[in-house]
Amino acid sequence: MTVDQVGPALEAEAAADPFVLAGKSFTSRLLLGTGGVPSLEALERAVVASGTQLVTIALRRVEASTSTGLLEVLNRCGVHLLPNTAGCMTAREAVLTAQLAREAFDTAWVKLEVIADEHTLLPDPIELLDAAEQLVADGFTVLPYTSDDPILARRLADAGCAAVMPLGSPIGSGLGIGNPHNIALIRELVSVPVILDAGIGTASDAALAMELGCDAVLLASAVTRARDPEQMALAMRHGVQAGRLAARAGRIPRRWHAQASTSMQGRPDL
Amino acid sequence: MKVTINGVAAVVAEGITVAALVRDRAEGPSRMAVAVNAGVVPRSQWEETRLEPGDSVELLAATAGG
Repeated sequence: MTVDQVGPALEAEAAADPFVLAGKSFTSRLLLGTGGVPSLEALERAVVASGTQLVTIALRRVEASTSTGLLEVLNRCGVHLLPNTAGCMTAREAVLTAQLAREAFDTAWVKLEVIADEHTLLPDPIELLDAAEQLVADGFTVLPYTSDDPILARRLADAGCAAVMPLGSPIGSGLGIGNPHNIALIRELVSVPVILDAGIGTASDAALAMELGCDAVLLASAVTRARDPEQMALAMRHGVQAGRLAARAGRIPRRWHAQASTSMQGRPDL
Repeated sequence: MKVTINGVAAVVAEGITVAALVRDRAEGPSRMAVAVNAGVVPRSQWEETRLEPGDSVELLAATAGG
Protein backbone atom coordinates (compact mmCIF):
# COMPACT_ATOMS: atom_id res chain seq x y z
CA MET A 1 0.00 0.00 0.00
CA THR A 2 1.40 3.39 -0.94
CA VAL A 3 1.12 6.44 1.28
CA ASP A 4 -1.51 7.86 -1.08
CA GLN A 5 -3.74 4.88 -0.44
CA VAL A 6 -3.65 5.11 3.36
CA GLY A 7 -6.31 7.84 3.70
CA PRO A 8 -8.93 6.14 1.50
CA ALA A 9 -8.12 2.79 3.11
CA LEU A 10 -8.84 4.28 6.54
CA GLU A 11 -12.17 5.61 5.30
CA ALA A 12 -13.03 2.21 3.85
CA GLU A 13 -12.12 0.61 7.15
CA ALA A 14 -14.49 2.99 8.96
CA ALA A 15 -17.28 2.19 6.50
CA ALA A 16 -16.78 -1.53 7.06
CA ASP A 17 -16.95 -1.02 10.82
CA PRO A 18 -20.04 1.14 11.28
CA PHE A 19 -20.99 2.71 14.58
CA VAL A 20 -24.59 1.70 15.24
CA LEU A 21 -26.44 3.88 17.71
CA ALA A 22 -30.15 3.33 18.41
CA GLY A 23 -30.50 1.52 15.10
CA LYS A 24 -28.85 4.30 13.10
CA SER A 25 -25.55 3.55 11.38
CA PHE A 26 -22.68 6.04 11.30
CA THR A 27 -19.28 5.79 9.62
CA SER A 28 -17.79 8.36 12.01
CA ARG A 29 -17.19 7.52 15.65
CA LEU A 30 -16.59 11.14 16.61
CA LEU A 31 -19.45 13.25 17.95
CA LEU A 32 -18.78 16.96 18.06
CA GLY A 33 -20.15 19.54 20.49
CA THR A 34 -20.53 23.11 19.25
CA GLY A 35 -20.02 24.91 22.56
CA GLY A 36 -17.17 27.39 22.72
CA VAL A 37 -16.74 28.01 19.01
CA PRO A 38 -15.02 31.30 18.21
CA SER A 39 -17.14 31.80 15.07
CA LEU A 40 -19.56 30.00 12.80
CA GLU A 41 -16.90 29.94 10.07
CA ALA A 42 -14.48 28.17 12.42
CA LEU A 43 -17.24 25.76 13.43
CA GLU A 44 -18.02 24.85 9.85
CA ARG A 45 -14.37 24.16 9.04
CA ALA A 46 -14.01 22.06 12.20
CA VAL A 47 -17.16 20.04 11.53
CA VAL A 48 -16.00 19.26 8.00
CA ALA A 49 -12.46 18.37 9.12
CA SER A 50 -13.73 16.14 11.93
CA GLY A 51 -15.86 14.03 9.61
CA THR A 52 -18.53 13.93 12.33
CA GLN A 53 -22.11 13.02 11.50
CA LEU A 54 -23.68 13.88 14.86
CA VAL A 55 -23.38 17.33 16.42
CA THR A 56 -24.77 18.61 19.71
CA ILE A 57 -26.67 21.86 20.13
CA ALA A 58 -28.39 23.53 23.05
CA LEU A 59 -31.73 25.25 23.57
CA ARG A 60 -31.71 28.81 24.90
CA ARG A 61 -33.89 31.92 24.97
CA VAL A 62 -34.17 33.44 21.49
CA GLU A 63 -32.42 36.70 22.38
CA ALA A 64 -29.32 34.87 23.48
CA SER A 65 -29.22 32.50 20.53
CA THR A 66 -27.40 32.43 17.25
CA SER A 67 -30.05 30.06 16.01
CA THR A 68 -30.46 30.79 12.33
CA GLY A 69 -26.80 30.91 11.39
CA LEU A 70 -25.85 27.92 13.50
CA LEU A 71 -28.54 25.67 12.07
CA GLU A 72 -27.76 26.84 8.54
CA VAL A 73 -24.13 25.85 9.00
CA LEU A 74 -24.99 22.45 10.44
CA ASN A 75 -27.58 21.84 7.74
CA ARG A 76 -24.95 22.66 5.09
CA CYS A 77 -22.58 20.14 6.72
CA GLY A 78 -25.28 17.46 6.49
CA VAL A 79 -24.92 16.38 10.11
CA HIS A 80 -27.62 15.05 12.44
CA LEU A 81 -28.55 17.27 15.38
CA LEU A 82 -28.29 16.00 18.93
CA PRO A 83 -29.96 18.47 21.34
CA ASN A 84 -28.62 18.54 24.87
CA THR A 85 -30.07 19.52 28.23
CA ALA A 86 -26.99 21.50 29.27
CA GLY A 87 -27.36 23.53 32.43
CA CYS A 88 -30.25 21.52 33.84
CA MET A 89 -29.85 20.64 37.51
CA THR A 90 -33.03 18.68 38.20
CA ALA A 91 -34.80 15.82 36.48
CA ARG A 92 -37.86 18.04 36.04
CA GLU A 93 -35.88 20.73 34.16
CA ALA A 94 -34.06 18.18 32.03
CA VAL A 95 -37.24 16.34 31.01
CA LEU A 96 -38.94 19.61 30.08
CA THR A 97 -35.90 20.79 28.14
CA ALA A 98 -35.75 17.50 26.21
CA GLN A 99 -39.44 17.78 25.38
CA LEU A 100 -38.96 21.37 24.16
CA ALA A 101 -35.96 20.31 22.07
CA ARG A 102 -38.05 17.57 20.51
CA GLU A 103 -40.59 20.22 19.50
CA ALA A 104 -37.95 22.58 18.15
CA PHE A 105 -35.72 20.17 16.26
CA ASP A 106 -38.10 17.34 15.46
CA THR A 107 -35.86 14.69 16.99
CA ALA A 108 -36.47 12.39 19.93
CA TRP A 109 -32.73 11.96 20.48
CA VAL A 110 -31.33 13.78 23.48
CA LYS A 111 -27.96 14.13 25.13
CA LEU A 112 -29.17 14.07 28.71
CA GLU A 113 -27.16 16.22 31.09
CA VAL A 114 -28.23 16.81 34.67
CA ILE A 115 -25.39 18.51 36.46
CA ALA A 116 -24.97 18.83 40.21
CA ASP A 117 -23.44 22.31 40.32
CA GLU A 118 -21.74 24.86 38.12
CA HIS A 119 -18.36 24.47 39.77
CA THR A 120 -17.71 20.79 39.01
CA LEU A 121 -20.30 20.29 36.25
CA LEU A 122 -20.37 16.69 37.43
CA PRO A 123 -23.55 14.71 36.79
CA ASP A 124 -26.07 14.39 39.62
CA PRO A 125 -26.58 10.61 39.54
CA ILE A 126 -29.93 10.57 41.36
CA GLU A 127 -31.55 13.22 39.17
CA LEU A 128 -29.91 11.76 36.05
CA LEU A 129 -31.36 8.29 36.50
CA ASP A 130 -34.78 9.76 37.34
CA ALA A 131 -34.74 11.91 34.18
CA ALA A 132 -33.51 9.00 32.05
CA GLU A 133 -36.36 6.78 33.22
CA GLN A 134 -38.94 9.48 32.50
CA LEU A 135 -37.56 10.23 29.03
CA VAL A 136 -37.28 6.57 28.04
CA ALA A 137 -40.92 6.14 29.08
CA ASP A 138 -41.79 9.17 26.91
CA GLY A 139 -40.21 7.54 23.84
CA PHE A 140 -36.90 9.39 23.75
CA THR A 141 -33.60 7.98 22.57
CA VAL A 142 -31.66 8.88 25.69
CA LEU A 143 -27.89 9.38 25.60
CA PRO A 144 -26.93 10.25 29.17
CA TYR A 145 -23.78 12.13 30.14
CA THR A 146 -22.75 10.23 33.25
CA SER A 147 -19.91 9.91 35.70
CA ASP A 148 -17.38 7.10 35.23
CA ASP A 149 -19.14 4.96 37.86
CA PRO A 150 -19.66 1.53 36.26
CA ILE A 151 -22.69 0.74 38.41
CA LEU A 152 -24.48 3.97 37.54
CA ALA A 153 -23.71 3.29 33.88
CA ARG A 154 -25.26 -0.14 34.21
CA ARG A 155 -28.34 1.32 35.92
CA LEU A 156 -28.75 3.80 33.06
CA ALA A 157 -28.41 1.04 30.46
CA ASP A 158 -30.90 -1.10 32.38
CA ALA A 159 -33.29 1.87 32.39
CA GLY A 160 -33.36 1.72 28.59
CA CYS A 161 -30.82 4.36 27.59
CA ALA A 162 -29.57 3.90 24.01
CA ALA A 163 -25.95 4.43 25.11
CA VAL A 164 -24.02 5.54 28.15
CA MET A 165 -21.64 8.49 27.95
CA PRO A 166 -19.19 8.45 30.84
CA LEU A 167 -16.88 11.39 31.40
CA GLY A 168 -13.13 11.02 31.14
CA SER A 169 -12.70 14.04 33.44
CA PRO A 170 -14.76 17.17 34.13
CA ILE A 171 -16.31 19.09 31.22
CA GLY A 172 -13.88 21.49 29.60
CA SER A 173 -10.99 20.44 31.84
CA GLY A 174 -8.94 18.76 29.11
CA LEU A 175 -7.53 16.43 31.76
CA GLY A 176 -8.06 13.32 29.66
CA ILE A 177 -9.21 10.01 31.09
CA GLY A 178 -8.77 10.04 34.86
CA ASN A 179 -9.82 6.46 35.53
CA PRO A 180 -9.16 4.24 32.49
CA HIS A 181 -10.00 1.15 34.53
CA ASN A 182 -13.55 2.39 35.15
CA ILE A 183 -14.07 3.18 31.47
CA ALA A 184 -12.95 -0.34 30.49
CA LEU A 185 -15.17 -1.78 33.21
CA ILE A 186 -18.18 0.16 31.92
CA ARG A 187 -17.53 -1.31 28.47
CA GLU A 188 -17.64 -4.78 30.05
CA LEU A 189 -20.78 -4.16 32.11
CA VAL A 190 -23.19 -2.73 29.52
CA SER A 191 -24.23 -3.96 26.10
CA VAL A 192 -25.26 -0.55 24.72
CA PRO A 193 -22.64 1.67 23.06
CA VAL A 194 -20.23 3.50 25.35
CA ILE A 195 -19.37 7.03 24.25
CA LEU A 196 -16.56 8.77 26.12
CA ASP A 197 -17.93 12.25 26.79
CA ALA A 198 -16.04 15.14 28.39
CA GLY A 199 -12.48 15.72 29.49
CA ILE A 200 -10.71 14.99 26.21
CA GLY A 201 -7.77 17.36 25.81
CA THR A 202 -5.93 16.14 22.77
CA ALA A 203 -5.93 13.44 20.11
CA SER A 204 -4.12 10.83 22.20
CA ASP A 205 -6.90 11.05 24.81
CA ALA A 206 -9.45 10.23 22.11
CA ALA A 207 -7.30 7.35 20.90
CA LEU A 208 -7.01 6.01 24.47
CA ALA A 209 -10.80 6.12 24.89
CA MET A 210 -11.20 3.97 21.81
CA GLU A 211 -8.40 1.62 22.87
CA LEU A 212 -10.21 1.11 26.18
CA GLY A 213 -13.14 -0.21 24.18
CA CYS A 214 -15.36 2.84 23.82
CA ASP A 215 -17.55 2.82 20.73
CA ALA A 216 -17.26 6.54 20.09
CA VAL A 217 -16.01 9.82 21.53
CA LEU A 218 -17.93 13.06 22.09
CA LEU A 219 -15.89 16.20 22.53
CA ALA A 220 -16.32 19.95 22.16
CA SER A 221 -13.86 22.21 23.97
CA ALA A 222 -10.78 20.26 22.86
CA VAL A 223 -11.62 21.32 19.31
CA THR A 224 -13.55 24.57 19.69
CA ARG A 225 -11.05 26.08 22.14
CA ALA A 226 -7.92 24.78 20.41
CA ARG A 227 -5.67 27.41 18.84
CA ASP A 228 -6.58 25.92 15.46
CA PRO A 229 -9.98 24.18 15.75
CA GLU A 230 -9.92 22.85 12.19
CA GLN A 231 -6.54 21.19 12.61
CA MET A 232 -7.50 19.75 16.01
CA ALA A 233 -10.73 18.40 14.55
CA LEU A 234 -8.69 16.54 11.96
CA ALA A 235 -6.35 15.28 14.69
CA MET A 236 -9.34 13.99 16.68
CA ARG A 237 -10.71 12.26 13.62
CA HIS A 238 -7.42 10.40 13.18
CA GLY A 239 -7.06 9.79 16.92
CA VAL A 240 -10.46 8.11 17.08
CA GLN A 241 -9.74 6.04 13.97
CA ALA A 242 -6.32 5.00 15.26
CA GLY A 243 -7.70 4.02 18.65
CA ARG A 244 -10.52 2.03 17.10
CA LEU A 245 -8.15 0.17 14.78
CA ALA A 246 -5.78 -0.56 17.67
CA ALA A 247 -8.61 -1.83 19.85
CA ARG A 248 -9.74 -4.21 17.11
CA ALA A 249 -6.20 -5.28 16.27
CA GLY A 250 -5.45 -6.20 19.89
CA ARG A 251 -2.53 -4.69 21.78
CA ILE A 252 0.32 -6.88 22.94
CA PRO A 253 0.38 -7.74 26.64
CA ARG A 254 2.55 -5.57 28.86
CA ARG A 255 5.73 -7.31 30.02
CA TRP A 256 8.09 -6.49 32.85
CA HIS A 257 11.21 -7.42 30.89
CA ALA A 258 12.28 -6.80 27.33
CA GLN A 259 11.60 -9.32 24.60
CA ALA A 260 13.78 -9.11 21.49
CA SER A 261 11.96 -8.90 18.22
CA THR A 262 15.06 -9.97 16.30
CA SER A 263 16.05 -13.60 16.68
CA MET A 264 19.46 -14.38 18.20
CA GLN A 265 19.69 -17.38 15.86
CA GLY A 266 22.32 -16.88 13.16
CA ARG A 267 23.93 -13.99 14.96
CA PRO A 268 27.50 -13.63 13.63
CA ASP A 269 30.38 -14.12 16.04
CA LEU A 270 32.25 -10.86 15.63
CA MET B 1 -52.02 42.64 29.56
CA LYS B 2 -48.84 41.96 31.48
CA VAL B 3 -46.90 38.76 30.94
CA THR B 4 -43.28 37.67 31.31
CA ILE B 5 -41.37 36.73 28.17
CA ASN B 6 -37.98 35.11 28.57
CA GLY B 7 -37.70 36.46 32.09
CA VAL B 8 -38.56 40.06 31.16
CA ALA B 9 -41.87 41.82 31.96
CA ALA B 10 -43.81 42.66 28.79
CA VAL B 11 -47.16 44.06 27.73
CA VAL B 12 -48.96 42.18 24.96
CA ALA B 13 -52.39 42.33 23.35
CA GLU B 14 -55.22 40.84 25.38
CA GLY B 15 -55.68 37.16 24.52
CA ILE B 16 -52.75 37.04 22.10
CA THR B 17 -52.04 33.55 20.77
CA VAL B 18 -48.68 31.82 21.10
CA ALA B 19 -48.49 31.76 17.30
CA ALA B 20 -48.87 35.56 17.11
CA LEU B 21 -46.31 36.07 19.85
CA VAL B 22 -43.80 33.91 18.00
CA ARG B 23 -44.40 35.91 14.81
CA ASP B 24 -43.79 39.17 16.71
CA ARG B 25 -40.81 38.14 18.75
CA ALA B 26 -38.75 35.60 16.80
CA GLU B 27 -36.95 35.54 13.48
CA GLY B 28 -39.14 32.70 12.27
CA PRO B 29 -41.32 29.99 13.68
CA SER B 30 -39.19 27.08 12.49
CA ARG B 31 -36.78 25.34 14.84
CA MET B 32 -38.29 26.98 17.91
CA ALA B 33 -40.00 25.76 21.04
CA VAL B 34 -42.38 27.50 23.42
CA ALA B 35 -43.11 26.87 27.07
CA VAL B 36 -45.87 28.62 29.01
CA ASN B 37 -45.75 28.43 32.80
CA ALA B 38 -43.10 25.68 32.57
CA GLY B 39 -45.25 23.49 30.31
CA VAL B 40 -44.51 22.62 26.68
CA VAL B 41 -46.85 24.12 24.10
CA PRO B 42 -46.66 21.81 21.07
CA ARG B 43 -46.37 23.56 17.72
CA SER B 44 -49.75 22.11 16.70
CA GLN B 45 -51.38 24.10 19.52
CA TRP B 46 -49.72 27.47 18.94
CA GLU B 47 -52.68 28.93 16.99
CA GLU B 48 -55.27 27.98 19.60
CA THR B 49 -53.27 28.68 22.78
CA ARG B 50 -54.04 32.15 24.16
CA LEU B 51 -51.94 33.80 26.85
CA GLU B 52 -53.49 34.84 30.15
CA PRO B 53 -52.40 37.80 32.26
CA GLY B 54 -49.37 36.90 34.36
CA ASP B 55 -48.27 34.01 32.14
CA SER B 56 -44.59 33.27 31.96
CA VAL B 57 -43.47 32.45 28.43
CA GLU B 58 -40.18 31.00 27.26
CA LEU B 59 -39.32 31.36 23.55
CA LEU B 60 -36.42 29.03 22.81
CA ALA B 61 -34.15 28.30 19.88
CA ALA B 62 -30.88 26.59 19.04
CA THR B 63 -27.56 27.85 20.26
CA ALA B 64 -24.08 26.38 20.28
CA GLY B 65 -23.53 23.93 23.11
CA GLY B 66 -21.52 20.90 24.10
